[in-house]
Amino acid sequence: MYFVIAGGGQVGFHLSQALLESGHEIMLIESDRRRAQWIEEQLGSIVINAPADEGRSQVEAGCARADAVIAVTGDDAKNLVICQLAKYKCHAPRVIARVNNPKNEIVFKALGIDETVSSTRVLMAVIEQELPSSGFLPLMPLTGSHLELIEAEIAPATPAAGKDVRDLGLPDGSLIGGIVRAGKILHAHGDTALEVGDRVIVFAPTADEGEVRKALFG
Amino acid sequence: MNVVIIGCGRVGAALAGLLDTAGDTVTIVDLDRAAFLHLPREFKGTTLLGDGTDLDVLRQAGVERADTFLTLTQGDNRNIMAAQIAAKIFGIKKVIAKVNDPIRAYTYRKQGLETFSRTSILATLLQALIAGSTTLGPNLMAAAMSHEAAMSGEDLPERA
Repeated sequence: MYFVIAGGGQVGFHLSQALLESGHEIMLIESDRRRAQWIEEQLGSIVINAPADEGRSQVEAGCARADAVIAVTGDDAKNLVICQLAKYKCHAPRVIARVNNPKNEIVFKALGIDETVSSTRVLMAVIEQELPSSGFLPLMPLTGSHLELIEAEIAPATPAAGKDVRDLGLPDGSLIGGIVRAGKILHAHGDTALEVGDRVIVFAPTADEGEVRKALFG
Repeated sequence: MNVVIIGCGRVGAALAGLLDTAGDTVTIVDLDRAAFLHLPREFKGTTLLGDGTDLDVLRQAGVERADTFLTLTQGDNRNIMAAQIAAKIFGIKKVIAKVNDPIRAYTYRKQGLETFSRTSILATLLQALIAGSTTLGPNLMAAAMSHEAAMSGEDLPERA
């Protein structure tokens, strides 16, 4: 795939490196001349020294044929404009924006940028996964669908323990994809009763994460 | 009319002064407290220190009750972002964004955002003046010059 990455800071540089290593084609747009030069020395001729928030830099970087344009500068307003220009001018099929202020996730969605990555949010997810008391792990968002994958371990004395799948009261639009019991994967049928220690894999709308938690843990 | 202006540079402050004098209720927002020094001394509106692209700051500025919203900071991207928030999230009808890069100004105008570019306005005006246009140049210049005169006030009297 061909990716255009806007912003050659730490995030942009390491993302470029990782994408190149996994065999993708990339072009990085970096406005600082010395930084652009340094990245070129590290990664080869995959850098354009230009402002990424101007249409012609994007055209020069080949946004018109890019599979995705990814804006990862440290400036949210700039990331927004980069993504919008990529959509308006280059008709990029997919744009992804880094948001530095987590409040801007809602703003970006309202302004047409559906895919955002917030480092604050990612760190929160990691911390939640590390919390020993919680058997509820939001594993990952599913790209472009507003759905996410959740793993939950059924704990003693919770509403879910001993209950049949159909009686859990999971929110509409969510689905148990499988149950891991004693290292084996089971299909989740309506009449499958959950046991303490089961690990349940749930697909659910991101907005309903709280309801899923409630159905399983009370 | 309730007006919210983001950016208290020379343009923002001058416009705030004109609207205030004309009897509008003006709130002007800037990240830098020193920027408010650009405002005329008799300015009776509200100043608010904060980031004009932040939802909470905008609410605090009274964007929900605004009839008109203008973004006049030095940053094109910030202006574009704040203007879109006002138009699309808060539903303000009259939103104007200063976008100095003419190409970005044009792109966003095509997307339905009212933008103007100082760069292209000045260049067009100067070209008209040089070419001796009898309509565009002189009319705009006359209006601008009367504002300049009003803003600068009377000169001090000659020293004895």
